[in-house]
This record gives sequence, C-alpha cells and structure tokens, in this order.
Amino acid sequence: MIVGVLQFPGSCDERDALAACERVDEARLVWHAERDLGDVDAVVVPGGFSYGDYLRAGAIARFAPAMEAVAELAAEGRPVLGICNGFQVLCEAGLLPGALLPNAGLRFVCRQVEVEVASAETAFTAGLEPGERLSIPVKHTSGRWFAPADELERIEAAGQVVFRYAPGHNPNGSLADVAGVANEAGNVVGLMPHPEHAVDPLTGSLDGLRLFASLAERASLAPAGS
Amino acid sequence: MTLPEAQSKHRELGLTDFEYERIVELLGRDPNDVELAMFSLLWSEHCAYKHSRKLLRRLPTEGPRVVMGPGENAGVVDIGAGWTVAFKVESHNHPSAVEPFQGAATGVGGILRDIFALGARPIAVLDSLRFGDLDSDRSRYLFDHVVAGIGHYGNSIGVPTVGGEVYFEPPYEQNCLVNAMCVGLAPRERLIRSAAAGVGNVVVLLGASTGRDGIGGASVLASAELEAEAEKRPTVQIGDPFEEKKVLECCLELLGRELLVSLQDLGAAGLTSSAGEMAAKGGVGIDLDVARVPLREADMEPFEIMVSESQERMLAVVEPAALDEVLAVCERWETGAAAIGEVTDTGRIRVLREGDVVGDMPVAALVDGCPLYDLEPAEPDGWMYGNRTADPSGPGGEGEDADGGGALLALLAAPSIASKRWAFEQYDSIVGSRTVRRPEAADAAVLQIPEAETAIAVAIDGNGRRVACDPYVGTVEAVLECAQNLACVGAEPLGLTNCLNFGNPEKPNVAWQLNHSTQALADACRALEVPVVGGNVSLYNETGDGPIYPTPIVGMVGELPDPARAGGLALREGDAIALCGPFAPSLAGSELAKARGDLGPGLPSLPIDAVAAAIAFVREGVRSGALGAAHDVSDGGAACALAELAIAAGIGLRCDLDGLVELRGVAGETALFGEGPGGFLLAGSPQALAELAARAAEERIELLVIGEAGGDSIEIAAAETEASVALGDAARAWRSLGERMGVELSA
Repeated sequence: MIVGVLQFPGSCDERDALAACERVDEARLVWHAERDLGDVDAVVVPGGFSYGDYLRAGAIARFAPAMEAVAELAAEGRPVLGICNGFQVLCEAGLLPGALLPNAGLRFVCRQVEVEVASAETAFTAGLEPGERLSIPVKHTSGRWFAPADELERIEAAGQVVFRYAPGHNPNGSLADVAGVANEAGNVVGLMPHPEHAVDPLTGSLDGLRLFASLAERASLAPAGS
Repeated sequence: MTLPEAQSKHRELGLTDFEYERIVELLGRDPNDVELAMFSLLWSEHCAYKHSRKLLRRLPTEGPRVVMGPGENAGVVDIGAGWTVAFKVESHNHPSAVEPFQGAATGVGGILRDIFALGARPIAVLDSLRFGDLDSDRSRYLFDHVVAGIGHYGNSIGVPTVGGEVYFEPPYEQNCLVNAMCVGLAPRERLIRSAAAGVGNVVVLLGASTGRDGIGGASVLASAELEAEAEKRPTVQIGDPFEEKKVLECCLELLGRELLVSLQDLGAAGLTSSAGEMAAKGGVGIDLDVARVPLREADMEPFEIMVSESQERMLAVVEPAALDEVLAVCERWETGAAAIGEVTDTGRIRVLREGDVVGDMPVAALVDGCPLYDLEPAEPDGWMYGNRTADPSGPGGEGEDADGGGALLALLAAPSIASKRWAFEQYDSIVGSRTVRRPEAADAAVLQIPEAETAIAVAIDGNGRRVACDPYVGTVEAVLECAQNLACVGAEPLGLTNCLNFGNPEKPNVAWQLNHSTQALADACRALEVPVVGGNVSLYNETGDGPIYPTPIVGMVGELPDPARAGGLALREGDAIALCGPFAPSLAGSELAKARGDLGPGLPSLPIDAVAAAIAFVREGVRSGALGAAHDVSDGGAACALAELAIAAGIGLRCDLDGLVELRGVAGETALFGEGPGGFLLAGSPQALAELAARAAEERIELLVIGEAGGDSIEIAAAETEASVALGDAARAWRSLGERMGVELSA
C-alpha cells in the first residue's frame, strides 16, 4: 500500500503525517496540483493552514486538482483520512458530513485530550474497540463540529460518528462531543485530534499510531487489486 | 557648509545635526531625499547600535562549537553528524505597544526570517514577554493581543512555540516587551551567508510585494521614546504568515537546489538595510532599480520603496544562468520573485528609477559610517522606580495572609509566578514531531534531533526587577538561571543569544544600568564558557512615566545526548526530595518583597564558579536517569518551587528547610520565600537520592535531603515559619491566571 499525503501551500503537519504513515507502510507527499495520484492507494489530507485559512478553513484547498483525484479515490471506496485542516477540507468538499465552526472559546487551543472510539467500522479504526480511550493532542481554532439536528440524528443512527471527546475533554464546544466522523460508506474519516502527533512515547503517546496501523492491516488483508 | 531646508527634515527623521554634517562630509555634498531617508534608517539606534556597539565588544563570542557568531543573521552552533543549530532572539517592543496583535505577529515573522535566511528550517519559537500589572486593563489587553498575535503567526506557519516566560511589573505598563527567539536546524554544508558576491550577479527580491507599511519603523518607532502611540500606528507592519510560509518553503527549496549565492531577510529599514548589509559584507556594490520592485500601491516614491518595512520579503543574489530556474521554483510556491538589480564592483549602493540614478552612496558610509557614541553612565541615587511603598499588609505580613501558607498561596497566584497555561495553550507546541518536553513539562523545552542522533534544550530567561535592583548581579543571575534550566533537563549549553532591553541610553542612569549589565553578561558567559553567538539591542524603552526595568533577556541552546533521559517534573509518591547547590536565599528583590512594596537597590551575589559546579553536578545527575524531577529554585523561592513540583505531579509533599536555615543563618521566612541563584530541587527514589548525596559529598557540592513526596497537602517548615496548604488550593492559586484573563480553563 502507498499512502499519499497531500501538500497544499500552507500545510504544516504534512511531514509529521508522512512520518506516521511510514511507520506502518510506504508513503509519499502529493503536491496539490497533481491531478493523477498514480500508485496511491490511500490518502491523508494533513493538518495546517492551507491557503492561510483565508476565506474559511479548507474553503480554498477543496478546489485543488489533487482534491478532484481524492474525490474519485473516495468514490472507489479507498481509504481517505482528514486530520484537522484536512477534516475541514473534506467537509468543505462535501466528502464528510457537517461543518467545523470556530471554537466556542474563539481561540486556538493546543492540548492533549482523551478521545473515545465510537465506531470500529472504518478502515482507520478496525483495529480498535468501541469505547476505547485514546490520548491524542488537538490544536486548532475552528474545530467545533456542527450539523443540523436532523442530520446529526441520521449520522448517529448510521454509526458515522467515529470519535467523541471523553467527558470533560471537549476542547471546542463540538456538538454531541463529536471529534471525528465518517462518510456513509465508512472509507472516508475526518477528525480534529492529530493522531500523527501520537505515534512516539517520547513526544506524547502511541495511541494515534493505531489508526495508521489499522489502515496498514486492512490493506494487507485486502485481496490484490481491490 | 549649508544646512538648507533639509535641516528640519533630518531632525524629523531622527538624525542629529552632528550626524547630518557627517553624512554631508562622507558624500561630499548634501544628500537628496532618497539618500537622507536611507541614512536616517541605517544610522538609527535600531540598525547601527550606535550607543551599544562599543559595549558589545566585551562579550565572548568564540567557542569550539561556534559555526557563525555575531554579525550574521543569527548565531550557529555545531551539534555533530553534519548538523547545526541556528538561533537568535529579537525584540518587537514598540510595535507591540502600539498595535499588540500585529506587533507581536510580525516580531515572530521577523525572527523566523533571520533563521531561514541562513538556510536553516525553523524548528522552535520561544517568547519573553513583559507587561504592567495584570490588574490594569491596558496590560490585560496587551497580553491578550500579544499572545494571540504570536499564536496567529507561529501556528499558521507550522513552527512550534515551545517555551517562554512572562512577567508583570508596573514599569512595563506603557512600554511592554515582546522578545521572540527562533531556533532552526540546518545541515552544515547547506548554511548560506548574506555577503553579496559575483559582479554581474542578479539581485532578486522574493516574497510579498512592497507597500507603504512600516515606513520609518526602525527610526521613528524603534529608536525613540514611546509617545503619542496612535499617531505611530501606521508605522507598524502587517503580517501575513501564509505568505511567509510560502517564502520559507521556497527559500529552503532554492537552497536545497543550490541556486542561491547569498540570502538576506528584509527586516528593519527594508531594502536599504538588506542591500546595504549584503554589499558591505561582500565588499561589493549593488544597483537597484525601484521601478522593478512589485508594488502594492502604484504611486510610491523611490524613498518609500527603499525603506518600506513590508513583511515576508527576502533578498537573494543569483547567478544569471540560474535565474530562470529560481523564478520557476518561486512560481511553483506561488510566491513573488523579481530581478531588481545587480551586484557591481563600485562599492556603492545606487538607487535607480527606470535607469535614472535617484540615489548614490558609498556602501561603507551607509553601513559603517554612523558615529558610535560613548555612554556617560552615572549610578542612580536610590530606587529609580515608583513602586516602593512599604505595605505591611502584604503577604506574610499583618493581613489575612499573615501565615506562611497564606503567603505561599498569594505568591503562587502572583501573575509572574502563576502557570502561563492560558497563554501557551494558544500556541501549537508540537508541530514538527520534535517536542519531547512541552511548556511547563520541564524547566526547559526539549527537542529531539534524530537526524543527528541527539537532542537540544532551549530556555529563555531574564528578571528585570532583579536587574533593576542590581544591574550586575541581576544579569549574572539571568545567565545562571538559563543554564540552570538547561541543567534540569540534562543539557549542556552550546551558545547564548541575548536581547538587551533598556531605556534611553542618553540618560546617565540608564547608561549605568546598560554598562553594568553588559559587563555582567560578558563575565558570566566567560565563567560558564558559553559563547554569545548573536543578539539584539532594544533601547529607548521608556515613556513619560520613565524607563522600563533594565531587562537583558538571554536565550540558550544546549545539547543532551539522549532525549529519552531528558529531565522533567515527574515527582512520584515516596520520592525523596533534596535541595542542591550554593543557593543562599535572600528577600532582596524577591517576589515577596515586591508584594510588600519593599524593593530597593542591591542584591547579594554568589561566586559564579560555585553555581557552575552545581550546574554540572545536576546535569550529570539528570543524565544518569536516576532523578524523576529536577527543578530550579527561582521566583517565589524554595517554597514556590516545591509547590510547583507538587502541583505538576498532583502529589503532596512534606519538607523541612531547617538545614537551610542553619547553613545560611537566615530566618524561616527567608528560607521559604527568599530568592537567589544556585538552587535546585531534585527528587528520586530514596536510594537514588542517597547515592546522589554521597556523590555530592565527594565532589563538595552542597546537597540537603529536605523531605519526601506523598499525601494531598504541601507542608513546608522552616524554623519558626510553616507553609501548609492543601494541594488543591495550591493548584487553584497557581492556575488562576486564565480566570483573571476572563477565560475558563479546564482542570
């Protein structure tokens, strides 16, 4: 499996995400202008401030040529993970439900938080147990996930909430403590916490690595050509 | 010689009549408007260091690990395996006092450019901030907006803010201090200098277009006392971290492809300073055509283009054959690039507009012609500041805080001592995957450098109140404190950078402070064998209310071989706790004395060698891996340091400082809250501490085992005084800053 990590002007965590992917499998950076992703089997849309977050976080990056390719990849059922700004980009692109609003405190917040696994039915959580707690840092200004009541109800019923902040750990006022969601098919996942910054006990925890390990394990089990 | 109408003009631009006459002499004629504007900027205090350059010659600048010293964009030290670390601290005080968000943001942007101008990728930012009392609306406004500005720039550009310090003191009320330090990493072979070279090579302006922002910033704003701030707001620059992120990545790619001959950032005085310094260092001339500079506003005058301080710009020298490839890389990064001039053999800076010469000056006159001034120091007659108000109802006195416990809680809640979590949670401290010790996880930030199979520690320190009490002793303490912080994580200093923030040097009392402080910096660095590899001077930090506290800020980078053994604050149940070092507590200049309004001249001093020996001992102890926690005794004395250890771990402790009382012959209250350099708290298993104590005895290092960790209260006894508080109460006091800033913090 080759994981492609997108790089937009203003991406900040792309090298960290690349290094996290390389702990479990092959990975390379994908320049935002690439329309053809070639040999890439799965995509990570990393954190940062693509296009300076100007206009609205993720609103400009969603128009990048590489994002057209990502949409095609997602439609084919291949795994796509959006982290922080990448989550914002995927929501703006309509690949994930809901929207990310400015934090309730209106400030950037960088903090280690506890996150509960709400669904193990995705490529990135297949190796985890529902209800398990992970220690992963957040760092963002616009991470308050929101959806209208009927959409929230539909998403909850469909099991599309993948991660929730543990009680007392919601850093941004996110609706229903949602930290991460999936699309209906479960192959596209976005979350505000940064699993790529939880892959080494020296710099934090190892809990985030398990998302990448789940992806690699799934790839190794999948029949060739799928 | 005639002094025509330009006479009033040069004064408006901040030049004295004497300096104007010197310019006329060097040019052999009167300068025109373009030339006068350029001279006024480069001959400002901010650019020419005309009141400090002679003093700075005292500093030791050489050492076995120094790769680049003062004079380049930043200092560089070797960390082995072909890798180097570049670092520098710089001030952005007056812009931040006038417009705190943009002032602080562009302060970060400016220091980042200094680092990547050398070819180093920025890997960490630290900040040293000073404001007036937190009770003042203005101070809270400045603090709030400065923190937001630092976060805005650093977070957006993807460089972690890993540490810093904040003090609140009345003399900074009008003139806050914002010093930013950046640390970068570069392969030694990739380092690039700023000296222009190669006659006929092309001068390329990279990055943002040029506007009218920041005109006169270095002279009118940074080199004069602060007054009528609203009028000066247009001289503050506006930052665009997205533009800088693109320029940063673009420059590193250009350097990686070996496409640049030299590189220089545009900071104070814009193109004038960059082109002047590049030409001066290379011993060449430069012709610039202002008509080729991409502009934000079409009708800008040549002098405006030459002195604009628009942000996010870099100046590069490129061989003609490489120009097309350079422009292509810039296009890929969607950042500007324009060939605006060429390197000449004339030794002159010539400013052209569509081929017509509009300014022509010898480089040497512009860059090195400014007269240097001697200071006329005079020792002040007593305490120079208005905050001495002997108040017996202060903490530990006659009021409700009369007991040791009350004083401890009051000190823990004092804004300068309290946790700065409210601020540092607004900074990304982890991007880059290097941060082994985040803010408040240890006394210094620790960053792993797997490329060189090593790690570095970084700290920034400087207590202006203590320097005000005694400029010499207080400055020595700042250097020692920084080295002590590094020792607590197991790091050995490689180099030091400094920012000297002082008042108006033309005033004898400020000159006296500057003179003693600089001497102390030189002496302390020599004694610790730490070279000064770069720095910055910020003078004229005063308003009608008087000067700021003299505030030398020192930033140090140290090396520790094994990041897995980096020291921290992990106190464990049952740990033994020791006080180590020649620490001799005194209430002079302390936080407690401040709270009581009992400040005055004079601080006791310690032999630097004794502290240096303790520093080396602690460093080795931490590196051995036997210590769970190492923390230096600083503001608020041993009692506050012990409480900070307990709060960080969420474990109580019981300690007895009678040994210290006897050894130093001080009162109990002084043992608890007295301050001074040379004190470390060390904690580990009783067996590990017993072994450490035996080794200390062999090496003649003072070490007292003072207590143990456990329970849910902090109980510290010292002779007749006892400070006993519930751990929860201490934690609430220490974490009260967010509440006072009007923001709720979770536990």
